[in-house]
Formats: sequence, structure tokens, C-alpha cells
Amino acid sequence: MATVELKGLVKTFGKTEVLHGIDLAVEDGEFIVFVGPSGCGKSTTLRLLAGLDEVSSGEILIGGNVVNNLEPKERNIAMVFQNYAIYPHMSVRKNIGFGLRTSKMSKADKEKRIDEVAELLGMTDLLDRKPGQLSGGQRQRVAIGRAMVRDPLVFLFDEPLSNLDAQLRTQMRLEIKKLHQDVGTTIVFVTHDQVEAMTLADRIVIMKDGHIQQVGTPAEVYQKPVNMFVAQFIGAPSMNMLPGKKSSAGIVLNAGPTISESLNSDASGIMVGIRPNDLTPALDNEAALFEGRVKIIEPLGPETLVYVELGQHEVLATVPGRTPPKIGDTIRLKAPQEEIHFFNADTGAAIL
Amino acid sequence: MSNIEYKASAATLDTAKPYNYNKRMEPAKVIRWTILFLGGVVMIMPIVFMMSTSFKWPHEIYNLKIIPDDPTIENYTYVLEDGRFYKWFVNSLIIATITTISAVIFDSLVGYTLCKFRFRGRMIVFVAILSTLMIPTEMLVIPWYLMAKDFGWLNSYWGIMFPGVMTAFGTFLMKQFFESVPDDFLEAARIDGLNEFQIWWTVAMPLVTPAISALAIFVFLGNWTAFIWPLIVTNDPELYTLPVGLTTFSVEQSVEWELIMTGAALATIPTLIVFLVFQRYIIRGVVMTGLKG
Ligand SMILES: Nc1ncnc2c1ncn2[C@@H]1O[C@H](COP(=O)(O)OP(=O)(O)OP(=O)(O)O)[C@@H](O)[C@H]1O
Ligand SMILES: [Mg+2]
Repeated sequence: MATVELKGLVKTFGKTEVLHGIDLAVEDGEFIVFVGPSGCGKSTTLRLLAGLDEVSSGEILIGGNVVNNLEPKERNIAMVFQNYAIYPHMSVRKNIGFGLRTSKMSKADKEKRIDEVAELLGMTDLLDRKPGQLSGGQRQRVAIGRAMVRDPLVFLFDEPLSNLDAQLRTQMRLEIKKLHQDVGTTIVFVTHDQVEAMTLADRIVIMKDGHIQQVGTPAEVYQKPVNMFVAQFIGAPSMNMLPGKKSSAGIVLNAGPTISESLNSDASGIMVGIRPNDLTPALDNEAALFEGRVKIIEPLGPETLVYVELGQHEVLATVPGRTPPKIGDTIRLKAPQEEIHFFNADTGAAIL
Repeated sequence: MSNIEYKASAATLDTAKPYNYNKRMEPAKVIRWTILFLGGVVMIMPIVFMMSTSFKWPHEIYNLKIIPDDPTIENYTYVLEDGRFYKWFVNSLIIATITTISAVIFDSLVGYTLCKFRFRGRMIVFVAILSTLMIPTEMLVIPWYLMAKDFGWLNSYWGIMFPGVMTAFGTFLMKQFFESVPDDFLEAARIDGLNEFQIWWTVAMPLVTPAISALAIFVFLGNWTAFIWPLIVTNDPELYTLPVGLTTFSVEQSVEWELIMTGAALATIPTLIVFLVFQRYIIRGVVMTGLKG
């Protein structure tokens, strides 16, 4: 177990800079998830941490020691790859034991360790199979087993679940979380799936275009997104954004209504963000924020998503599954004042 | 990779499907089968004559009958009792085996390096190796000879072997096959603490066994049947390879075809063995590389 620190990490490939100074301190035993759209530099960051690519500038510290000039094997980390990278020509036992090849343990100790890991992952019966005879989830487990067997300081995961089907992904997600609770090793996990990030992480790092946007607990990034990108990236379906202006009465939305809120900002344009879950039908005796025509409905079972037309704009709202409106109905929508987010329309930064 | 797997399974499906004998023969099919049959006959005839001649008495060899009137194993007894045949056979075996092992190792080492490492001049090295493929052996024989003479390699195993210990074609073949080994595999091994040589040997090589087998067959056959260079670089009958040695049956008084054919028939045995052994790995290798993440 160890802390991990990234200080001003920059990575350039030829002339293009893909990481523009990443600063992050990961605590001992923490489960950190990097999330962001494709190409934002998540894998690159992980590869720098693993020592598979060379840092262009900045420092990486593992357990307080600068590891910039150490070979991957000297960093005592273990990595699980998206395509598992388990060897098709070796049995499960050999694959799991692969990480111990260079260790000085006695043969008996190695066997014991492999059995322990297999036990932990529920793979004892599969040890003599070849990867070709395993299901996707089992292969993934072998890959995790191979990473665990060495007892590394830090686990690195690069989108380990993205090749699994939805059901298996949920199951493996749970297993990884359990594993972390059992072994307590520091984990840096990369994904582009925000649900995975929310469910697994102690803290989430949201990245975009080689910059960190926000670092925080799942609750923090959900409730207090620092900018429009984070607000729309975290949470599904994505947050509604409506343009508006500041006036003496509050924020006047282009779509019509005014939200009485005195913002401490001199931004010329304001973006108002409301999550679809917070935008719900108003009762007859309640004041409504919006009133609009239902354009599309998407039943999900427990609730139904409703696309509502507001003049030029459109918002997504949630209604209870049992009483969905019909297309063409007029619907009145409300949202709790504290769940309305405001952003500077020019910079995208949150106005608090 | 999945492609190969798909094709392989398609092939098994095909054979599993019962052939419909009742279907009328279509003209296109008749033509196709006739051409294939004739092609097969053309290819098999020399081998049939080789076998047939090896069982004939000298007076019968210009008679084109396939089944000899009076078959004999006299030729085999003669060739096998002649100590020279063993000598040449062993020479060929040593030379072909060593060059095969050496070419497989060096071609795949160089191919792997060119494929998986980025370094300055990589393309230049690759193009330089490839360009040697465009020079015919006949042109190289004289420089090789001069080189062997100056280094004192004439009349030695090494003199016969040195042009073949590494091949440009094999390097190219292996480089292309290593492309199919995902970088993840190598990086995972790197993190697990293996050095680059171990990664090549324990991770990359087992994943390209089909290519290794194909290359081994090629190189072995090429060296087993090599004639011109071994003929030029040796004049000591003790060092003759089998193909060179067999021709000496023809210079003594007249061409003793029955003996040459007997020797040739015996000479095909190792090539058959090599092919049968490595062919299994080609098939097994395909099954193995069919694994996808
Ligand atoms: N070897 C390389 N050479 C040049 N550019 C690269 C290289 N590797 C990555 N990049 C670039 O760096 C950027 C970040 O890539 P990276 O693989 O880290 O993205 P990612 O966040 O992992 O995306 P994904 O979710 O698609 O895996 C991309 O724009 C990519 O094109
Ligand atoms: Mg990636």
C-alpha cells in the first residue's frame, strides 16, 4: 500500500502535448477513478504511472519516492489491461503465477500464493484451463488475479470492464469493490463510464483534453460540479442547460420564466442547469417553474423520461412511471431551488 | 486473429455438411475437377517415376512403365551399404538442422525488434533487409565464394551454412506475424518484471508458433535441397551434402539413374518428417491465436 502523487505531469507525443500538467495526491488505500471522454488522456496518465511511457516533465511519486526514472518492474505496481493481456498459451495457473516469475519466493510458496488468489477470486476449479476455455468475466478475473498475486503497492486498471456485457460489468464492478475492501490496496482505475466511476470511487478525477476538471467524492462532483462540463458529464441522463440573463428580479431564462436568485457574478450570460431527476411534475396547487408541451416520452419502468418543449428550447424531465403524460399534453414542471445550478455562459465555471 | 478462427470454423462446417451425391454434375464443376486432376498428375508424376525407377534394374530405367517388370530392392541395398550415402545424409542433416534453428532464432529476434521497438533508423534497417530479397542467389554466389575463400571457410560446414544462418524473407515473415501480438501482452510482462529477452521468448514466441513452423519448414527444405552453393564451396567428398553427393553417382561411368532416384527417394524421408511434425503446430497455433479479449 502506498500513496501516489502526480506533480505537474506533462506528456507530449512528438509536438502534441496531451497532458498539460496533472496535479493529484492519492491517499494510501484510496480508490481513485479517472473518468473522461475518449482521448482525454486517462490511459496516458496511467501508462506514465506504470512506467510504460516516459514523463515529459513533472514528477510521479509512489509511496513518497520519485519513480520517474524507475523501470515498470521497479515501481511495484500491477496493471490490468482493457484486453486483459492474459496469455492464451498458458494455463490459468501459469497466468496468475506469471507475476511471480521473477520473485525470489520458493516454488511451494508461489504455488500457495496462487492458490490463495484463486480462492479469493473463486477460480480454484479453473486453474488448469487455458484462457480460451474461459468466459469473458473469468478471463477478467484471471487478469485481476495476476495483478494481485504480487501484492503490489498500487493497482492500475485501464477500462477493465469495457469488454464485458452490461450484466457482467455490474457484477465485476461489485467484485472489484469487494476486493478493494478486502485487500485495501491503493487503486487507480480508468473508465469512461460515469456510472462505474460513481459506484466505485472514493474520489473521482474528471478529465478533459489533458486537464483535470474536478477532483472530489462522487457526492461532491454530482452535487457541486465546478463547471458545465462536469455537470453534464456526471449523472445520466445529462443535466439540462438553459441559457439566461441576470436581471434585477433574478435570472431570466430565454425560455421564459425567471428564477429569483441573486447571483454573485457579473457574467453577461448565465447557464442554468437542472438535472432531469430534479425536474418533476408540479402538483396543481404548486407553483411551476416551466410549462411546456410533451414531445417524446421514454418509459424506463420506475419512471418515464419526458422531453418537454419550452419555446425554442427543450428540457428532459422525469415523471413517475405509473402516471406518464401523453405526447402533446401540456405539463407543468418544478425543481427544488437548491438543485438548480448556475454557470457563467462564457467560461463554463460554476457560480456559487 | 478472430478472422482465422472464423475461417477455421467455417471449414469444419463445410466438411461436416454431407456431400450431395445426387446433384447433377455441372459442366463448370467437371472442368474444374479435370483441371485440378491434371494438375495433380503433373505434380505427382516425377515422384511416382522416382519411386518406380528406384525399384528397377538398370536395363529397365528407360522403359516408362510405372510398375517394373522385375522389381528389386537391390538399389536400396547398394545405396544403404555404400558408406558415402550415410556421410552425405548426416552432413545434410547437420547443416539443415543448424541453419533451421539459427534462422528461426535470428529471423524472429530481428523481426520482433523491427516490429515492437521504435528506434532511429528502424525503417532503414528494415528496407535494407528487404532489399536483399531482390538479389538472386546466382549473383551472390561469387562474392560468397570469395568471402569464404579469404576467411578460410572453404570445405567446412560453416562455409556451407553461413549464407543461410539468417534470412531476409524469414525476418520479414516474422515481423509481420509479430504485428498480431498485442502490445498489451508485452507491457503486462514488462510490469511483471521480465526483461526484454524473456518477454520475446516466453510471451511473443509461443504466440507465433504457426509462423515459426512455416519458417522452419521453408528453411529446412531450402537447405536440405540446396545444390549450387554446397557444390561450389566444397570439393571434399567427405563434406558433400546429399544433393551434391547424389550427382557423383552420375559421373563415374554413366548416369546411374536408378541409384540417384533411390538416394532421392531416401532423401525425401526427413523432409516428410519435418513437414508432418511442424504442420501439426501450424494447425494448433491457429487455434491458439483465435483467442480474443
Ligand atoms: N503513442 C501515441 N502517440 C501519439 N499520440 C498519442 C499516443 N498515445 C495517445 N496519444 C494521444 O493522446 C491523447 C490521449 O490518449 P489516451 O489514450 O490517454 O486517451 P484516453 O483518455 O485513454 O481515451 P479512451 O477513453 O479512448 O481510452 C489522444 O489524443 C491520443 O491520440
Ligand atoms: Mg484509454
